[in-house]
Amino acid sequence: MSTATSTPTGTGRKPGGRQVTHKHSQPSKRGRVQQRWLPWAFLAPTIVGMGIFTLLPIVASVALAFFRWDIISAPTFVGFDNFAEVVQDPTVRVSFLNSIVFVIVAVALQLGLALGLAIMVQEKLPAWLRVFFRSAFFFPLILSAASVSIFMRYLFNEQFGVVNWLLSLVGIPAVPWLTTPGGSAAVVILVYVWQNFGFSFLLFVGGLASIPVETYEAASIDGATGWRKHFYVTLPLLSPTTLVASVMAIINALQVFDQPYVLTRGGPGDSTRTAVMVIFESAFQRLEFGQASAIGVILTLIIMAITAAQFRLSKRFVFYQ
Amino acid sequence: MTLISERVETTAPVVTRKKRDWSVAGRIIALLIAAVFVLGPVLWTLSTSLRPPSESFKLPPAFLPLNPDLTSYQQVFKQLNIVLLVMNSALVTGLIAVGQMVTAALAGYAFAHLRFRGRGALFSIVLATMMVPAQVTIVPVFMLIRGVGLSDTLLALIIPAIPTAFGTFLMRQYFLGLPGELAEAAAIDGASPWRTFRSVYAPLAVPGLAIVGILAFNFHWNEFFRPLIMTISEQNFTLPLGLVSLQGNLGTGSISVVLAGVVLSMIPALVVFMFGQRALQDGLTAGTGK
Repeated sequence: MSTATSTPTGTGRKPGGRQVTHKHSQPSKRGRVQQRWLPWAFLAPTIVGMGIFTLLPIVASVALAFFRWDIISAPTFVGFDNFAEVVQDPTVRVSFLNSIVFVIVAVALQLGLALGLAIMVQEKLPAWLRVFFRSAFFFPLILSAASVSIFMRYLFNEQFGVVNWLLSLVGIPAVPWLTTPGGSAAVVILVYVWQNFGFSFLLFVGGLASIPVETYEAASIDGATGWRKHFYVTLPLLSPTTLVASVMAIINALQVFDQPYVLTRGGPGDSTRTAVMVIFESAFQRLEFGQASAIGVILTLIIMAITAAQFRLSKRFVFYQ
Repeated sequence: MTLISERVETTAPVVTRKKRDWSVAGRIIALLIAAVFVLGPVLWTLSTSLRPPSESFKLPPAFLPLNPDLTSYQQVFKQLNIVLLVMNSALVTGLIAVGQMVTAALAGYAFAHLRFRGRGALFSIVLATMMVPAQVTIVPVFMLIRGVGLSDTLLALIIPAIPTAFGTFLMRQYFLGLPGELAEAAAIDGASPWRTFRSVYAPLAVPGLAIVGILAFNFHWNEFFRPLIMTISEQNFTLPLGLVSLQGNLGTGSISVVLAGVVLSMIPALVVFMFGQRALQDGLTAGTGK
């Protein structure tokens, strides 16, 4: 492109010959004009798309929470009625309570399992075994929650399921997994944790790999061994990872839908109905879109509050190197 | 260092070495038990799908398919329009993945290497939208789709899923890792900003694009919530939806047929797992401060 300077028309790309005196200022001016709209051309698909399919729906969702609307007739403004009704609705209350219990138990199991296995995998181990275990624990993440729930329903079958057969080997009588409230809740939790602990596991493996070896050497010189070493060295140094892993695990668990929907449809009774399931049911089965939005707004506020609380707590408990 | 450790090994009592071996063995056994619990259900699914439907619930269960029988696979093609389901899933997933790769590359490049007013604020907004759960926006999106006459179409699944905050974030990170001097050099050579992106930066960002594509594929191939809401007629079902409805329609007499469908639906995910595991892991843990 060095020919540009030798051609009288300036840049050599635009043949609409201007005066020779503009030879040098022209390209930069054109460049500046181009620079101004060009980033927006790059951004347009994403920004317009997110505006239409994310930002607008957020605003609409909050607004809709103050209206009664069944799609068929015109929406009517009802103020805080939706919130009042939703908060008093026994099904909604039970479902939120279920979600909270689910989050506490599932996240505790998920993080405990993930941390324990990550520590075991990262300690001295033949390389090929380490690769195998990492892949194995990660594997369920690539499956669809719906498919997993389909085959798990058969495995937890009371009469013919493999789980009860295994329990019978150690003398435990058949557990009515999917027909009792407690059993159903346990199945939903176990299936969820089975599929999702691998994500926390990956985060912990990454976190452990970033702890310098010298810290452990120093600790063992000071006489720390085995589990003491992990309690006094690993856990504090891993706390930033633990924070991220727990925030993500809690947010994901609060939004659980596929597993309870396929495994139990929320039953028996309301025993495994979750917050997102009642959003789905009130919107798309009962056509109460205003109430559904109100429940959604409450759920979002809870998620935001938990996230904020975790980051505040982290200032006290998380140890940054 | 090696000298010292050798001497330690020779002088240290044999007991400690033995003890260490035991702890490694114990760890391996614990990990193996965990791996059995993780992989066992999948192996059972595979082996049961390869047995005649009448033997589905045989106990003790078989975890290895020793005498494969393909009756269930023939049955699943009869009971379910699985070719259509696969085509729908492939079309939806493929177009979303490509759409996300293109839009995320463009936006990520703009956030990383182009200068414009409000860049920081706009990027913060993009990041903030990641925190809003999909279940909250689904009702207005459903109404919007219905309003423009796209309800119960595959486009209703595809279009809203293309703009991606996470993909944009990933691509911005990736482009930030490429030196800005490349753009300066390209400009000196007379390349237009578009040409600079198209011929210099985009080819270098292919690994990042692969991560975005694989993540999109994995997520949307397995997606259940949105298809459940957005599609009504069976001809627009995707695989997970079709399989769940098949399980609802069939009694427990033919579970191996359902499982055959489940196994078929896993094949693309398995391919991704074998060839793109690293990219998938990197993508999933990106942005977690790792």
